[in-house]
Amino acid sequence: MRKKKLLSIMVMGWLFAFGSVVPVMAQASSPAPAADSGDTAWMIVASALVMLMTMPGLALFYGGLVRQKNVLNILMQCFILMAVLTLQWVLIGYSLAFGSSQGFLKSFIGGFNWAFLRNIGIHDLSPYFISHSQTLADGTQTGTIPHLIFILFQCKFAVITPALIIGAFAERIRFKGFLVFSILWSFFVYDPVAHWVWSADGWLYKLGAIDFAGGTVVHVNAGIAALVTALLIGKRKDYRGSAIPPHNIPFVVIGASLLWFGWFGFNAGSGLAADGLAASAFLVTHTAAAAAAFTWGIMEWVLHGRPSTIGIATGAVAGLVAITPAAGFVDITGSLAIGIGVSLICYLSVGIMKPRFGYDDSLDAFGVHGIGGIWGAIATGIFASPFIQSSYSGLIYGNASQLLKQLLATGVTIVYSAAVTYVIFKLTDKWVGMRVSLKEEAVGLDWSEHKEVAYTKID
Amino acid sequence: MKKIEAIIRKSQFEEVKEALHEAGIDFFTYWDVTGIGNEKAGAIYRATVYETRFIQRTMISFVCRDHLAENAVQAIIRAAQTGELGDGKIFISNVEDSVRIRTGERGPESLFIKD
Repeated sequence: MRKKKLLSIMVMGWLFAFGSVVPVMAQASSPAPAADSGDTAWMIVASALVMLMTMPGLALFYGGLVRQKNVLNILMQCFILMAVLTLQWVLIGYSLAFGSSQGFLKSFIGGFNWAFLRNIGIHDLSPYFISHSQTLADGTQTGTIPHLIFILFQCKFAVITPALIIGAFAERIRFKGFLVFSILWSFFVYDPVAHWVWSADGWLYKLGAIDFAGGTVVHVNAGIAALVTALLIGKRKDYRGSAIPPHNIPFVVIGASLLWFGWFGFNAGSGLAADGLAASAFLVTHTAAAAAAFTWGIMEWVLHGRPSTIGIATGAVAGLVAITPAAGFVDITGSLAIGIGVSLICYLSVGIMKPRFGYDDSLDAFGVHGIGGIWGAIATGIFASPFIQSSYSGLIYGNASQLLKQLLATGVTIVYSAAVTYVIFKLTDKWVGMRVSLKEEAVGLDWSEHKEVAYTKID
Repeated sequence: MKKIEAIIRKSQFEEVKEALHEAGIDFFTYWDVTGIGNEKAGAIYRATVYETRFIQRTMISFVCRDHLAENAVQAIIRAAQTGELGDGKIFISNVEDSVRIRTGERGPESLFIKD
């Protein structure tokens, strides 16, 4: 009986959602400046590239690092976030992050004006732009790509950010708890922080903190949440301060390679145009990843006698993380400094800091994304070059205030993400339970949470 | 009839296979085994070296007629020996009976193909 009621509510919700979207779309054909076909074509491709990062990129990267009894659980977590958070995004998330509200809340969270993507027509142009814009009849500036493709592009960011946290609590989380936690986290952490940094109304944006493709919003945010959840959920039963060997290193390498590939959409797409800035972002993304991968390999070679496959793949991902906020602001020198720097820092964080403090951040979501993201966000304030975007320069070009703004934005993100993640975790734990039983953990989450096994022995 | 089981280094498998063939053993079963022992190996995982005590070896098992057993054992020793710790072990035991399923032949008859 209760189930039936729930179902009818769901159906009504859907009817409401689509009932309100479709007619508005049909009406919206008022003459407006046209979308630039080159910019639009690139952004459609870039949006698809960013999807590739979560699925299969991150899914395989993380999936290979766990033991084989948990690989499906990781793939499943990435897959379901793609589904659920896409719905969250079009229903309300986009409006909360990029919409506008009134009064006191204006700088902190968007309103409901774009919930269900209401009031957005297929010919509307993106209100957000970086380097390409045009002026409407009423004098307002607008972007050169359809609003809908901006929504889609940002949707992929909203999906991958909670997916990054999976690395922290892998191999011991209840699937239901994970799902509830991730949805709440999107509402209360991702959407507000994205609003602060990227929305035209956001307070960190107005303050002048810069984040080209998501250093604070994506990586610091998810990385700090990763540390908090790893501490709260506790160590894995078999974790005794040293590594639990990964089950499929080729998966890890394929996943890291797909992340690298998809990251070109993530960073070069964040200029929202197909122009020189996109080319520059593409270049520095690639070189930072290359520098970081090589640095990590060399460090292992020197310190442990051999360069490892997982090491070089981890280094590449760390480099991509660090260059993300800086991609549209730094030149090749900055890129190499950020790439080399991040491998040195992350190497210490996963090799020394983690064992020293003994927290079980299973797949180093904090060690790579959190630490690498913090370094990237700060380094943006150091290396931002006025020769890339003339209105932004960093410490090495004599603008120390940019560094202070970066430090503030990073600090605020750390505090907010840590505090709200803590509350969400505790509530979810009380409500549905976050950790599986010891027996379920020993059997593996593939079987206990999904009643499936990845590698069957039956032909 | 003797059953011979040997745990050997993975790296010596090809040599042992050849040596057994020369000793008249053309049929045997083998599988990869993992054991726990004193040998430690340092593996690298993301900036840390961790010690693993899991030891990878290959296990070979076959049943042969009595007169071939000693030759087979000598062949395995010759081929599998490196002199280092961890070369493995051979276990020899008596087998009571055996049956060839296709013909129903029993005992040593069932272990070789008559021309």
